[in-house]
Amino acid sequence: MALRSVVSRKTLAPALRHYRSLTTFTLPDLPYDYGALEPAISGEIMRLHHQKHHQTYVTNYNKALEQLDAAVSKGDAKGVVQLQSALKFNGGGHVNHSIFWQNLKPVSEGGGEPPHGALGWAIDKDFGSLEALVKKINSEGAALQGSGWVWLALDKEQKILKVETTPNQDPLVTKGVSLVPLLGVDVWEHAYYLQYKNVRPDYLTNIWKVINWKYASEVYEKESA
Amino acid sequence: MSKRTVEIHWGKHHNEHVERLNKHLKTSAFYGHTLEEMVKATYNNGSPLVEFNDSSSVWSHDFFWESMQPNGGSMPKGGVLDQIKKDFGTFTNFKDEFTFAALSIFGPGWVWLYLKKNERKLAVAPTQNAISPLVWGDIPIIGLDMWEHAYYLDYKDDRSAYVNNFLDHLVSWHSVMVRMMRAEAFVNLGEPKIPVA
Repeated sequence: MALRSVVSRKTLAPALRHYRSLTTFTLPDLPYDYGALEPAISGEIMRLHHQKHHQTYVTNYNKALEQLDAAVSKGDAKGVVQLQSALKFNGGGHVNHSIFWQNLKPVSEGGGEPPHGALGWAIDKDFGSLEALVKKINSEGAALQGSGWVWLALDKEQKILKVETTPNQDPLVTKGVSLVPLLGVDVWEHAYYLQYKNVRPDYLTNIWKVINWKYASEVYEKESA
Repeated sequence: MSKRTVEIHWGKHHNEHVERLNKHLKTSAFYGHTLEEMVKATYNNGSPLVEFNDSSSVWSHDFFWESMQPNGGSMPKGGVLDQIKKDFGTFTNFKDEFTFAALSIFGPGWVWLYLKKNERKLAVAPTQNAISPLVWGDIPIIGLDMWEHAYYLDYKDDRSAYVNNFLDHLVSWHSVMVRMMRAEAFVNLGEPKIPVA
């Protein structure tokens, strides 16, 4: 009698999985109280801007990143490309606002104090004077149709300062890979509407009282070294 | 929609566009066009000319105010309701699609119920900045401004409350009916009645 033993072994060990941890983002804390920038920017605006708008960008950016991760793992090229606008919008929103909170400072902590040192000289060289720079930023910010940002940028390659605008939440780098943001002013309506209504020029005039030139100087000195 | 919002939205934002458009018209080659013609022409197939923003904003805001009425909302009746059911399944589906489109916009924009001329059916679409279905040749039926200035004073960042309130309490189905009537001069919505004898 032929014995035939059929040996079947079910592989119990799971298939080798590559686990890639996805870095997600959290809302950064503000380095000052919501009301600390008054009267230039109201506490109500700061609270909504930070807790609602910026938080929404962070939440939706994380969602888009998870979807991207899944699409990349599956090799879903169409899916990856389709996610780009959500990534740019929400990721840009997170990047831009994170810079913006650093660009502001209560008056009692040095907000509004004009730049000295290297950045001060660079501004005089490239714009003539601080007043001229402020005037240019304000006029470009007021003229921006729709939503966006107006930036004081350092062009690392050309070694000069520039004023640029970006639409919606496009980060500054979309205007040039060698551009480093020193200051960004949010001209989306949510940034000023409750306080200034449609009078964006008044918001732009007043925000200089709480602009953190010290931060801009630090970034400038680091990036132009 | 609060009185305050209408005062500022109409009296300042809309008015600013009108004044800027009039300024353009002093020297513009498009002087003499109807506003609708000017919107389509200055859109320039996607490379908008300098007059586009203000002419389209003026048109869209006129359209927006007339898309609303006091004690609006509730439901359309008769032929309009039938057409909506035909093209969206149910009235609730239409409301859901309209709301979803409104909330999907990145940045400033508008959401429209419009009539597709070629397909002879109603559809919903979001647009960016000042664009409207006029630019691609279709017929707008309802327009809702989704720029932040349209809702921020009343709703802060709660866009879905703004859209729901518009649909439930503001939208003028009377205007919709009039616009559909006019649209039927250009688009055959029903099947033609060919007499038997």
